[in-house]
Amino acid sequence: MIAERYLNAAILAIFFVVPAWAWWANEPFTITLMTRAAIFALAAVGLNVALGLGGLVSLGHAAFFGIGGYAMGILAFHAQTVTPVMEWPFVIEGTKSMPVIWLTAIVLSALAALVIGHLSLRTSGVYFIMITLAFGQMFFFFSISWSAYGGEDGLSIWVRNDFPGLNTLQPIQFYGLCLAILCAVLWFTSRLARSPFGLALNAARQVPQRVETVGLNATRLKLVAFVISGAITGLAGALFADLNRFVSPTMFSWQMSGEIMVFIIIGGVARLFGPVAGALVFVALEHFLGGLSDYWLVYLGALLLLIVLFGRGGLIGIVSGREKAHG
Amino acid sequence: MADPVLATHGISKSFGALKASDDVSIDLRPGEIHAIIGPNGAGKSTLIAQICGTLMPDAGSVHLLGRDVTQQSTRARAKAGLGRTFQISALAMQDTVLQNAVLGALGASGRPWRFLSPALEDADLRARAEAALERVGLQDHAATRTAELSHGQRRQLEVAVALTLEPSVFVMDEPMAGLGSEGSKRLTGFLDELRHEAPILLVEHDMDAVFTLADRISVLVYGKVIASGSIDEIQSDRQVREAYLGEDA
Amino acid sequence: MSFILLVEQILNGLQFGIMLFLMAAGLTLIFGVMGLINLAHGSLYMIGAFAAATVAGYTGSFVLALAAALAAAAIVGAIVELVVIRRLYDKDHLDQVLATFALILIFSEGTRWLFGSFPLFLDIPDYLSGPVTLPGGIQYPLYRLFLIVVGLLIALGLGALITKTRIGIQIRAGENDREMIAALGIDISRLYTLVFALGAGLAGIAGALVGAIQSVQVGMGEPVLILAFVVIVIGGIGSMKGALIGAILVGLTDTLGGIFLPELLKLFTDPATATSVGSSLASMAIYILMGAILIWRPTGLFGAKS
Repeated sequence: MIAERYLNAAILAIFFVVPAWAWWANEPFTITLMTRAAIFALAAVGLNVALGLGGLVSLGHAAFFGIGGYAMGILAFHAQTVTPVMEWPFVIEGTKSMPVIWLTAIVLSALAALVIGHLSLRTSGVYFIMITLAFGQMFFFFSISWSAYGGEDGLSIWVRNDFPGLNTLQPIQFYGLCLAILCAVLWFTSRLARSPFGLALNAARQVPQRVETVGLNATRLKLVAFVISGAITGLAGALFADLNRFVSPTMFSWQMSGEIMVFIIIGGVARLFGPVAGALVFVALEHFLGGLSDYWLVYLGALLLLIVLFGRGGLIGIVSGREKAHG
Repeated sequence: MADPVLATHGISKSFGALKASDDVSIDLRPGEIHAIIGPNGAGKSTLIAQICGTLMPDAGSVHLLGRDVTQQSTRARAKAGLGRTFQISALAMQDTVLQNAVLGALGASGRPWRFLSPALEDADLRARAEAALERVGLQDHAATRTAELSHGQRRQLEVAVALTLEPSVFVMDEPMAGLGSEGSKRLTGFLDELRHEAPILLVEHDMDAVFTLADRISVLVYGKVIASGSIDEIQSDRQVREAYLGEDA
Repeated sequence: MSFILLVEQILNGLQFGIMLFLMAAGLTLIFGVMGLINLAHGSLYMIGAFAAATVAGYTGSFVLALAAALAAAAIVGAIVELVVIRRLYDKDHLDQVLATFALILIFSEGTRWLFGSFPLFLDIPDYLSGPVTLPGGIQYPLYRLFLIVVGLLIALGLGALITKTRIGIQIRAGENDREMIAALGIDISRLYTLVFALGAGLAGIAGALVGAIQSVQVGMGEPVLILAFVVIVIGGIGSMKGALIGAILVGLTDTLGGIFLPELLKLFTDPATATSVGSSLASMAIYILMGAILIWRPTGLFGAKS
C-alpha cells in the first residue's frame, strides 16, 4: 500500500514530466491532451469544493463551465469583430486579454452560482440534485436559442487569446499557464479545507444542526462553498474554450456536469488530488480506449459502475488502501 | 429572588392529536440546576427543541435573558448565550476531537469567514477549544477521530463543545445517558461546579444525578408539568409518585 | 393571435405534459417507494422507443410496437433492478447518481453500437394519422389527441392501481414505512423489482408514443428525464397528483411560452428583437417557473412539508 502523499506527488509529477518530454520530443498533441487533463482537473477541483467539502451533489456544474466558456467566447468574438459587447448603459468592449477574460469568467460564474445556490439550497438531498441539473439544462437551452452568439453551432475564435509576456500560441506555454492555475487553485483549496471556513463547512456537511447550535449559519456556509466552487469551474470553462478556440452549448450539457462529477469519483471524493487523478485517468481512457473503439463510453460506464459498487474510495483509495479521505 | 435567565411561558405544541407540550411554564434562575424529569414520551425532547429553536411552539413564548426569543432561530439563540448538548451526540464524526471543539470556539468567535489561515493554528480558537477539552478530561484525545471515541467520551465532547461557547445558560439533554456509574459520578461533580458559571436546565433520566444536583425539579407527564419544586417536595408529591415513580400512594 | 391557435397550443401543451407525466410518475414512484434517484430512467424511455421502432419495422403493427415497447422497457428495467439498482438502495444519493449515470453511458453507447447513430423512424399508423375536426371547427392532429386520451387513461389506470389493488396498498405502505411492509410479510425485494419494472414500462410506453412524432435516436431520453425532474420538483416528490399537475403545468408553460412570449414582446420592441429575446426567454420559462415555486414552496406543490 502506498501512502497517499507519495501518490499525490506522483500524480503531480506526471503533469510536469509528460509535457516536458512531449515538448522535447516535439509531440504537441500530447501537450494538448495534458492541457485538457489539467483543465478538466481544475473544473473538478472546483466541483469538489461543493461536493467533497460541502456535501452538495451538484449535477449542474456545466452551467459554470459553460458560463466561463461563453465569457471567453463573447469577449473574444467582439474583439475579433471589433464591435462592442454592449453600448448601453455603458460601453463594454471585447478583449483578447486572458487575465480580463478569466476575471470576467470568475465573476459571472460566481454570480450565477450565487443565484442557483440560493434557490437550490432551499432544499436538500435529492431535490438539490434535480434542481441543479435543471438549472444546468436551462443554460443549455438558453445558449442554443441565443442566436447572436451562434446558437446551436457555437462560436469560433480565430486566434488564441493573449497573456502578457507569453506566446500562448505555443502549446507548451499555454499548458504552463493552465498548470500554474491548477497548482494555485490546488494550493488554495488545500488551505481552504483547513481554514476556519473549511472546518465549519466540513461540520455543516456532517451535522448541520450542530453548526447552528454553535451560532453559525450552515446554509450560508454551503452557499459560499457553492459560489467558490462555481467560480473555479467557471475559470476552467474559460481555459477550456481557449484550448479549443471554440465554445458551444455542449459545454452547458448535462453530460458535461456528469463528466465533471465522474472525474471526482474516479479519483476519490474529498481527496485533494482525487479530481486531478480522475481527470488524468479520464483523458487517458478517452485517448487510448477512444482510439480502440467508438463506443469507449461503455467501458467508462462499466468502470464507473464497478467503482461505485465496490470501490468507494476511488482509484486513490484503492491504491493507497484507505477507504475514507478523512482520517 | 433573581430574575430567571431562561423561561417558557405557557408553551404548547401538538403533533396531530398528540399534545407534546401542554401549557408548559418553567424557568431557570442564576446559579441553579433545574432538572426536568418524566417518563419516556412525556415531551421532554419536544420541550428542549422549542427552547433551543428547532421547533416553533403553537402557543406561548420563550424568554432568554429577559428577551422574547420565540421567533428567533437556533443560531440567534446560541449567539444570545444558549449552550446546548444533544441527547444523541451531534458531532462531526469524521473530524478529530479538537476540530469539534474548535468548531464551538469558532461559533463563539463569530468569524468563520476566513479562508486561508489554518483553523487549528489560530491561537485564540485553539486555546479556547483546548481549555474546554481539558475541563471535561479529553485533553489526551484531542487528535483522536471522533468516530473512535467511546460513547461516554462522546458525551464529554458534547459538553466540551457547549463549554467553548461560554454560554449564559446551559440546556443539557440527558448528558448522563449511556455513561457508566464512574462516568456519571465524574460528570455529576463537574456539573455541580459548572452551575456557578451558568445555570443548567437538565433533562435527565439518571435519578441519582438528579437528586444530587437539582435545586429544583419539574415533572413532565403527557406534555404537562404536573409538579415543580424542591427535591423533598417532589419526592413527597402524591401525583408524582402515582404518575411517575410508579408507586401506590 | 387567434382563438384557434390558442386552443391548438393548449392541446399541444396538454399532450406534452401528459407524456411528461408518464416519465415523472415512474420516477416519483421509484423515489417514493425505494428512495432512489434514477438518472437512467431516460434510457428506459429510449429503449421503449427503439423497441417500438424495430417491431413496427418488422411487423408494421403499431399495437404490437407499443406492446413491445412496454415489454422491452419493463424487462430491461427488471433486469437492471436485479443486477445493479438493488445494490444502491442503501447507498447515498451521490452513489445513486453516479451508478445510474454509468448506466446511461452503457445504455446510450450500447444502443448506438446496435442501431448506429442515425435516427430511426416510427410511423403513425394510418388509422391515427390526419387531422380531426374538434367542436368549434378546430383542426387538430388525431394522433396528438390520441396521445392525450391514452395518457389520461394510463394516469387513471395508475391511480386505480395504487388506490384500489393489493399491490397498490403494498406500494403505499412502502412509501410510508419500510419496516411495515416487512412486518406485513410482503416480499420487499419482489415489490421493489415490480415497482421498478412498472416505472420502466411507463417510461417505455412514453418513449414509443412520442417516438412516432419525433425521431427515435440515442440521447432522446435525457432531456425528457430532466424535464420530468422539473415536474417532480414542482409537484413534490412522491406525490402522484403532484406529478400530474406539475407535468401539465410544465407542458403548458413550455408550449405556450414559446408561442406567446415573442408575441408579447412585440408589443414593446421591434419584431426581430422580440423574436430572438422572446424565444430565449421561452427556453427558460419552465425553469423560472420552477425557481418561483421553490421560493414559494420548497418541497413542491404537493410535497410533504419538511
